[in-house]
Amino acid sequence: MSTTDSTRPAPITSGSTTPPVLVALAWLLVGVPLAYGLWQTLVRASALFTG
Amino acid sequence: MSPLDKQAIVAGPGYSRWLIPPAALAVHLSIGQVYAFSVFKNSLVASFDTSLTAIGWVFSISIVMLGLSAAVLGTWVERSGPRKAMLTAALCWGVGFVVGSAGIASGQLWLLYLGYGVIGGIGLGIGYISPVSTLIKWFPDRPGLATGMAIMGFGGGALIASPLSNRLMGLYDPDFVPTDSGAVASASALAQTFLTLGLVYTAFMLVGAALVRVPPGHGDDSTAEHSPGTNGALVRASQAIRTPQFWLLWVVLFCNVTAGIGILEQAAPMIQDFFREGGDSSVSAAAAGGFVGVLSLANMIGRFVWSSLSDRIGRRTTYVMYLGVGLVLYLLLALFGSSSTVVFVALAAVIISYYGGGFATVPAYLKDLFGTLEVGAIHGRLLTAWAAAGVAGPLIVNGILDRVGEPGNLVAADYRPALLTMVGVLAVGFVANLLIRPVPDEHFDHDAHSANEDRISARQEATR
Repeated sequence: MSTTDSTRPAPITSGSTTPPVLVALAWLLVGVPLAYGLWQTLVRASALFTG
Repeated sequence: MSPLDKQAIVAGPGYSRWLIPPAALAVHLSIGQVYAFSVFKNSLVASFDTSLTAIGWVFSISIVMLGLSAAVLGTWVERSGPRKAMLTAALCWGVGFVVGSAGIASGQLWLLYLGYGVIGGIGLGIGYISPVSTLIKWFPDRPGLATGMAIMGFGGGALIASPLSNRLMGLYDPDFVPTDSGAVASASALAQTFLTLGLVYTAFMLVGAALVRVPPGHGDDSTAEHSPGTNGALVRASQAIRTPQFWLLWVVLFCNVTAGIGILEQAAPMIQDFFREGGDSSVSAAAAGGFVGVLSLANMIGRFVWSSLSDRIGRRTTYVMYLGVGLVLYLLLALFGSSSTVVFVALAAVIISYYGGGFATVPAYLKDLFGTLEVGAIHGRLLTAWAAAGVAGPLIVNGILDRVGEPGNLVAADYRPALLTMVGVLAVGFVANLLIRPVPDEHFDHDAHSANEDRISARQEATR
């Protein structure tokens, strides 16, 4: 079940003038805590194989 | 015009749409903390000198308020735009922690219910739906991917909050050792931890509110070009809830969530019980904790992977997988789960990845059925299925297990009736999904539909 391309607004993908640094910073801001959480969970999950 | 209004946050030419997922993640990573609430349980029980049930109510109230506020305020969120909604969610979530902190410091449990449960719960509901409609509008070509990224954050939020909270409690109470399973933090440390989390989460969510924009042309819904659903559907929220499609999808979400909670609710004691012989389990308490970690990862990854896949294979097929394959996996778990820990963990992890995927894929399914006209408001109403499943799932599982004993002292066969009941629940959801058909045009908003058709024609003319 999906809409046809002709009736779908075009994806806004081209001609970005946003500085790539800003995009990278925004992703870092959310990526760093998420990576911390993932690492801590992996350490915890490893107990399943070592505990 | 206020800087919070939708018209004030229309993206300028060239604004990168890849700034919108981190804005959404800033909100979802913060409110996902609610799934790590159990990290405070022992300390709260000791602090208030009350029962585990009384503390359990804090979480239950917040989830019920999530469902209610998403349903009641969904239309407001849709009309006000994502920045105003994210700001409101940030304030409610932050104030909820601050009031909860005051409750802990003063020994008033009702303040914790009011703060974290009611006020925080409203923040959860508004925050959860606030970026969804905006993401679908920015990514009309990949709505599953876009909402999958954001809703993955809700799963990821718990992964961050659990170790972070333990660290904070250890910082404010040097006697608190998080690795000791019976450790409790002092009331003062708990209150300071709540206060710190409230301030940090508010600031983090405000960054999301500052970053978010609506796509060009979407400052005013009445003149925006909406992405229609199948057969050109553009349906308002008030009309959507009068369609069988909405209620069939409600049943689908309810069944998928109920079945997932069946495992999540008892994960740690369940794996120990499945491998118990002669009173002793071959799975240690530490390994059981590791199993909970594996499920958390599967829950988070499933949200992103399966929702993204749904853009390629279609929403209905994806739910056939969640419910149909999930049903078979549940059956295998019930019958052969005790054959080896590898089999048990693998089956449970895939089932939980489907549970997470069900949450993340549903906004795109709604978009396919009803179009983007009021998809955020419709999504808010659908989340009542989550609140209902949050009550029904544990009731079913605990009700069945209570008859045979206490989890942690059972064997694999004791779980079979509960697991087979969940197979039946998934079968109901599977049939409901197969019954979903495109929404007939009698439910369309015809004025919005024809205006939208004109805008699409004009765009196609202009690009020819």
